[in-house]
Amino acid sequence: MTQQTAPLADEPAGARNPASAGGAVTLTGLGKEYGDFTAVHPLDLTIPEGSFFALLGASGCGKTTTLRMIAGLEDPSGGTVRIGDQDVTGLPPYKRPVNTVFQNYALFPHLDIYENVAFGLRRRGVKSVKGQVEEMLELVELGHLARRKPHQLSGGQQQRVAVARALINHPKVLLLDEPLGALDLKLRRQMQLELKRIQTEVGITFVHVTHDQEEAMTMADTIAVMNAGRIEQLGAPTDLYENPRTTFVANFLGQSNLIEAQVAGTSGDDLLLSVGDGRLAMPTARCVPSVRAGDKLLAGVRPEKISIVHADDAAEVPEGRNKITGRIVDASFIGVSTQYVVNSPWCPELAVFAQNVERDGRLVPGAEVVLHWSPAHTFGLDAAQDIEAGEVNA
Amino acid sequence: MAALSTAPAGAPAEVPPVPPGAAARRRRLVPYWLLLPGILWLLVFFAAPMVYQASTSVQTGSLETGYQVTWHFATYWDAFREYDVFYLRSLIYAGIATVLCLAIGYPLAYTIAFKAGRWRNVLLVMVIAPFFTSFLIRTLAWKTILADDGYVVTVLDKLHILNVTASLGITADDRVLATPLAVVCGLTYNFLPFMILPLYSSLERIDPRLHEAAGDLYARPFTTFRKVTFPISLPGVVAGTLLTFIPASGDYINAELLGSPSEQMIGNVIQSKFLTVLDYPTAAALSFMLMAAILVIVSVYIRKAGTEELV
Repeated sequence: MTQQTAPLADEPAGARNPASAGGAVTLTGLGKEYGDFTAVHPLDLTIPEGSFFALLGASGCGKTTTLRMIAGLEDPSGGTVRIGDQDVTGLPPYKRPVNTVFQNYALFPHLDIYENVAFGLRRRGVKSVKGQVEEMLELVELGHLARRKPHQLSGGQQQRVAVARALINHPKVLLLDEPLGALDLKLRRQMQLELKRIQTEVGITFVHVTHDQEEAMTMADTIAVMNAGRIEQLGAPTDLYENPRTTFVANFLGQSNLIEAQVAGTSGDDLLLSVGDGRLAMPTARCVPSVRAGDKLLAGVRPEKISIVHADDAAEVPEGRNKITGRIVDASFIGVSTQYVVNSPWCPELAVFAQNVERDGRLVPGAEVVLHWSPAHTFGLDAAQDIEAGEVNA
Repeated sequence: MAALSTAPAGAPAEVPPVPPGAAARRRRLVPYWLLLPGILWLLVFFAAPMVYQASTSVQTGSLETGYQVTWHFATYWDAFREYDVFYLRSLIYAGIATVLCLAIGYPLAYTIAFKAGRWRNVLLVMVIAPFFTSFLIRTLAWKTILADDGYVVTVLDKLHILNVTASLGITADDRVLATPLAVVCGLTYNFLPFMILPLYSSLERIDPRLHEAAGDLYARPFTTFRKVTFPISLPGVVAGTLLTFIPASGDYINAELLGSPSEQMIGNVIQSKFLTVLDYPTAAALSFMLMAAILVIVSVYIRKAGTEELV
């Protein structure tokens, strides 16, 4: 198994085994209502086989409900779930070719690690489980703890047992419900890489639910950002980050500066915008709504794309850059970078992340500065949205 | 204060007069002070009477001449030979009542813990509600319920169930009162809450996700119960059976009120020896033997159940 899939790990998701779509998950019109409350609006989604797919969203956005409907732990109000070529919508969990890694792991407290991992095999009447269990415990590097009870293990070890207990059944799809939520930051980073390694090694479809955007970006090759029971946007992490299509995605995935602007006209492939009495330019292709002169627009730019110079050096800013003047209201040094908050008359609280290569001693709160960035790094969003949607207030 | 706060962490800044050792010594004594009321209580109301009873059991004499400690252990043997049937009957009745309590109580506790939803508290109150009436009155009520011309007996008779129970030897003469069935029913009823509550508390603590995990790992609902729910609830089962079996085997009220002389349990014998016959040595010896029997049975049971983390 390992030998077959590992060399192909770098291929795009879904391309690994085109002959059979055994582990692809297809949701069609899948929705869930609790009385008047719609937890998940009918959604259509195809998760390609062999991909590491993340459902990302804040708590209560419907991501866990979606996962539970795939697992069979929740009955959908409508729609179907297909795994490979099989419609599993009406099947109970124990008849579905999926396994779940539960939040807080749900290890059986009365069984030792060995028996926890062997549980699924024994239920399916597998006679000799020893070899498989030992192999699986080796994969998660817990062979030496086989006879311990779950409560004698650390959080990270319990987490690995939960993964082993699910994977040993060779499910077509592994579902992970906030699997790292209970771990501390350092362990979480470690387990993210570990899970990614395991997924590459076994090559099955992972569907991972998380509220942690960094976790989703680190591990997943495709992310679906969910908000209020709907999928806001779906794509590769870099694609979502560079080309958010809604303010929610722009704010929830990383941080964005969203500037209220008005379309002034076009110039070649660029759209010209007016912000107060200033001018900005952006590629027309990166503008989500189709706009005409006079329309309102939200111009977005990521904080790390912006360069910051002191107002005295304004002349050094090259031509053709988007420029905004302002005053630093806050500067926090966080090691690799310094994060500035800059107030400008037409766009308050712009965030700027500057790498600490050569620090300019004049850039302190109160200093007048010029912010500039390449027009190509600007994206345009529909202005008829909540500009603060998805903001994570630290 | 600002100056003090710069002192090394851990230094007792605000209590300089007391030498540091004294405070620590006082802290060490706290648990003993907290134990004191309980220990006194046990000494006065448990240990002292035990010693007194133990000495009574090896005395000889009569009320008129007074009793002397003569280390007359033969009392034990004589009492056992005379009343062994009562011991056996007590243990059998208590055992049956315990099994019935488990059979009735487990599904009930399971339902309250997992299926009752918002009715959970109401149901729990209903389990405890009988305690608002005295034990005696509740048992007397069973006398009415099982009365010879009552509905229960009439219906059982019509359905010919009494014929079946009579052939099993647990009822006689078309009546339920004054039969083993009545006594076991009374015991089961009276001790049922002691079974349900520990069962409920051990079931209620089970993370419902464990059920989901078992289902996810190919266990059908019944297998989930057999392999996950029941084993995890074992401490509750053991606690419940002990809380039912121990008091039931020493009980005499149910046999007294619902049974006839041929359903008398060892509790009835001890009670009459103490209060009616006034044969204190025999009564004390019988009590000690009952205690010993229960201790042996319970320790074997706990050993078998293999749950060292309970009780």
